Amino acid sequence: MKRISIIVAAMAVSSGAFAAGEDLHAAFQTMMDNSFKTTGIADKYRMKQLDFQRLCSVEKEPSKKVMESIEAQQLKTIRYPADGKYFGDWKKGEKIAISGKGLTWTDKTRFDNGGGCYNCHQLSHKEIAYGTIGPSLQDYGKTRGKTDDVVKYTWGKIYNAKAFNACSNMPRNGDAEILTEEQMKHLMAFLFDPESPVNKK
Amino acid sequence: MRQKKLFLLLAALVAGVGGLSSPVALADASADAIARYREMIADGNPSELVAAQGEELWKTKRGPKNASLEKCDLGLGPGVVKGASAQLPRYFKDTGRVQDLETRLMTCMESLQGIDPKTIVDGKWHKGERETMAALVAYIVTESNGQKINIDMSQPQMKKMFELGKMAFYHRSGPMDFACTTCHGEEGKRIRLQDLPDLRTQAGAAAGWGTWPAYRVSSGTFWTMQQRLNDCYRQQRTAEPIYGSDATIALSVYLAATAKGGTVLTPGLKR
Repeated sequence: MKRISIIVAAMAVSSGAFAAGEDLHAAFQTMMDNSFKTTGIADKYRMKQLDFQRLCSVEKEPSKKVMESIEAQQLKTIRYPADGKYFGDWKKGEKIAISGKGLTWTDKTRFDNGGGCYNCHQLSHKEIAYGTIGPSLQDYGKTRGKTDDVVKYTWGKIYNAKAFNACSNMPRNGDAEILTEEQMKHLMAFLFDPESPVNKK
Repeated sequence: MRQKKLFLLLAALVAGVGGLSSPVALADASADAIARYREMIADGNPSELVAAQGEELWKTKRGPKNASLEKCDLGLGPGVVKGASAQLPRYFKDTGRVQDLETRLMTCMESLQGIDPKTIVDGKWHKGERETMAALVAYIVTESNGQKINIDMSQPQMKKMFELGKMAFYHRSGPMDFACTTCHGEEGKRIRLQDLPDLRTQAGAAAGWGTWPAYRVSSGTFWTMQQRLNDCYRQQRTAEPIYGSDATIALSVYLAATAKGGTVLTPGLKR
């Protein structure tokens, strides 16, 4: 009898804690729903989370198993160039890497965006105003070579970084339609071309 | 005379930004924020002009009720301005809400002066009643300069807002999958040349929360905390936070509670 009451008490405590967590979660959803509005191209719908966004909205990284499952799903989103051509014009790529514009509620259209690469990465030997949230990509092509594997991996990383690191800080440039296929080709040239200031001092 | 001093100060700031180009200067840039701040404002902060307008507005009879804000209770009793913003946000019994400085001022403007909060919530930055709000904020936060960040977390409503603010801080969404943590969740990072405080830590939160609201040299305008948070979300590419909404207050509680014990250096002076 005594044992049963202990079990019942333990269940009550755990369900109480569960209920509090549920309440907090519900309160959070209500708060977010009441706190944001559509302005210009930035629809309120943007506050709704994709599954992986929700799983990555935590203090500590999700488990290895969860990460791998996200990465497998995201890998399926990557579309490689239909014409098999990966490289555009590195000079255009540099401009795309410099521009951080696009997709805010003060932008007129959602289809004219920069890559914002310099916000987080070092790239050209000549540009000193680079961010450090991502790794340095200086000498990218020079140090990694231009093998099919490296080229394909780099395209995939630009297209959807979450395919290789589930909770990466890097946006899904292709999958989220931030950049066009043509823009990504220009960025590829900026990274790999021997004449690009990424590789040439 | 004052104007000349301000001009020299702005010139020095611009020169300072240019000087950030060498790696050595970059390392120094993040070294001692407080020392740098004191140096920067030694000859005055352009916020002083805004704060002077704000003090005037605080005492001026305005609105349908033709009353001043001198009886406004910012948490330390009616009319007490000194040290008030160092202890905000706070849970207010009379409204039954956790309020930051700006939403509390909206309450006072409505109850004492009869000014509809909608004119601020639906307004535009640096226009109309939002401009009035910014001036009032500049005045009030100046009166907490040098105090310790010390918000009262004893109420359950504050504890709940802290938890909700923390959840908002980690909330990833939108076309770029960003959250506050994307830029403010690691030590020693920067965007372009801009140093980013790690807002999860006491030191980082104090550096951030403790120096806003601030005068922005690049735009030549005074920014309230609501405007600072609004622009953070704009750059995250989310939808727009509603002025004074609970998400903005919850985030403020999370930041201020994390920054507890840090020094209030408001109004700040920013790039």
